[in-house]
Amino acid sequence: MDKTQNNKAWFLVLPVLVIVAFSAIIPLMTVVNYSVNDTFGDNQFFWAGLEWFEEMVTSDRLHEALGRQILFSAIILAIEVPLGIYIALNMPKKGFWASVCLVLMALPLLIPFNVVGTIWQIFGRVDIGLLGHYLAELGIDYNYTNDPIDAWITVIVMDVWHWTSLVALLCYAGLQSIPNAYYQAARVDQASRWAVFRYIELPKMAGVLLIAVLLRFMDSFMIYTEPFVVTGGGPGNSTTFLSIDLVKMAIGQFDLGPAAAFSIMYFLVILLVSWVFYTVMTNLDKEEGK
Amino acid sequence: MSQITLKNLAHSYHANPRGEQDFALKEMDHVWQDGGAYALLGSSGCGKTTLLNIISGLLRPSQGRVLFGDRDVTDAETAERNIAQVFQFPVVYDTMTVRDNLAFPLRNRGMDAAYIKARVTQIAAMIGMDHILDRKARGLTADAKQKISLGRGMVREDVNAILFDEPLTVIDPHMKWELRTQLKQLHREFGHTMIYVTHDQTEALTFADKVVVMYDGRVVQMGTPEELFETPAHTFVGYFIGSPGMNLLPAEIRGGMAHLQGAAVPLGAAYGPISGRTQIGIRPEYAVLTEGDGLPITIRRVEDVGRHRIIRGDVAGTAVNVIAPEGMPVGASLTHVRFTPDRINVYADDWRVAPLGGAA
Repeated sequence: MDKTQNNKAWFLVLPVLVIVAFSAIIPLMTVVNYSVNDTFGDNQFFWAGLEWFEEMVTSDRLHEALGRQILFSAIILAIEVPLGIYIALNMPKKGFWASVCLVLMALPLLIPFNVVGTIWQIFGRVDIGLLGHYLAELGIDYNYTNDPIDAWITVIVMDVWHWTSLVALLCYAGLQSIPNAYYQAARVDQASRWAVFRYIELPKMAGVLLIAVLLRFMDSFMIYTEPFVVTGGGPGNSTTFLSIDLVKMAIGQFDLGPAAAFSIMYFLVILLVSWVFYTVMTNLDKEEGK
Repeated sequence: MSQITLKNLAHSYHANPRGEQDFALKEMDHVWQDGGAYALLGSSGCGKTTLLNIISGLLRPSQGRVLFGDRDVTDAETAERNIAQVFQFPVVYDTMTVRDNLAFPLRNRGMDAAYIKARVTQIAAMIGMDHILDRKARGLTADAKQKISLGRGMVREDVNAILFDEPLTVIDPHMKWELRTQLKQLHREFGHTMIYVTHDQTEALTFADKVVVMYDGRVVQMGTPEELFETPAHTFVGYFIGSPGMNLLPAEIRGGMAHLQGAAVPLGAAYGPISGRTQIGIRPEYAVLTEGDGLPITIRRVEDVGRHRIIRGDVAGTAVNVIAPEGMPVGASLTHVRFTPDRINVYADDWRVAPLGGAA
């Protein structure tokens, strides 16, 4: 059979290309432009080559921020994933209380990021905050504005409060899709509670759990608003994560070149990790559908 | 192994049942013999699965007791009852290998490793999966998964009963025969009590020594395939068993005669006075077309099914099927149908009435 070649079909792709160009490609290219030039404003650019990249790769400041960032993501994943699974396992499966639980779980997800930050900023204040005040009453020396450990704890607890629901809701959806016969068969087979979790619930949740981990990893790796509102990256630089550092560099110091180089590397790291997740996920699907 | 007794058992899915219509299972008393092969037969929604789940302990009955031997197990956990159950849709542990799936019930009961190995090998050979024992169960076909479920149901030797809930629904027809034969053989070999739920009469009649027919939450008859065929206790049994089912004709019973459409049909026995809506039931196998003897019939259609022909007709507005043996000519001269008198059953309000002086 002869296939007619009709290249006019390409025009149909055009609208999408235009939208993507304006929403992603052109802004990204602007950043690329900044990253290889030096500028003093006024749209005057001087070619700098890879100088900014070299500077950033060897920068202690960036290394420290990256270290903090990885630590932060690791901690919140280590808390939110098991906690989310635990909550999902213990939520009622149906009936009135299931709806109540779902609404309560969804509430933190609906609050704007900067409001979450403000809530915790006030909540933790030693003078007027409910938490800070009563911790002080109990004789616990807590002050997130001058103790790095306290600042970290506050930021982590805030993130756990804000986002564990997401993991829990995704896992809950995964659990709801397990037919009752599986649990019945497990009872007949005299499987322990742990075995039910390990061989029935966990495998069935694996897909959604991976999505939950991916979403939580990306969001936590890019976190900006909440710690910025609560601690402003302090005390010192102790809670200055990558995004906060980037904004300080770009807007605070107006080092647009290094900041642009920084952004590109930051972007590539997230892209790389997401790609790894995507590959694992599609392999899992393939195995499932075999 | 033990005999299973159901005492005044009933179940409702409503918290506060008001009246009989709220009960998925109406009150019943039954004894299931130790070592029997039973088939639980009935159309969808008649309570078969509910009854099965009550026996296995997955469901607690709203009233009545369940006894295994002399022991009251109404409140006992499923695991404690030591039964095996195979479900309608395959339940396999995806992340485990076929071998681990089969070994799972034994391992959970702390059996000896050498014994588990031997037993798993034996069961795997039986279900024809010995060559893929080390494969992950994920990704196998539905057939294969259901065979694993069956294997897991049969792997324990000391179970009180093995319950099957329409286990062959997802299996290919040719495989169905083979597995059913294997189940039957297994039953002869080990003598486990087996209860097999199905809505397929062929499956029920070939598998079981005793078939339990359920209708609308009630066990309407428990008997051998022959009893179900010859003396259906309820019109539903007559209609559900057999292909086509029993013919039912409204009639008035007086002594040894049934009066319908102004004609009298002799019955095989005499009946006392009967109240309620009376009908006579006759299997198509026991009806014969004649040239003038019996009731007038209008023939609508003749279906040749190879072994015999099914004649679809009606007698004064009521559909009547007749089975004519292969070779018998069916012509326009055959205008009447005669029923073999001692094969006629009499029903009052759908339940069979025993003739006077005769056996029930």
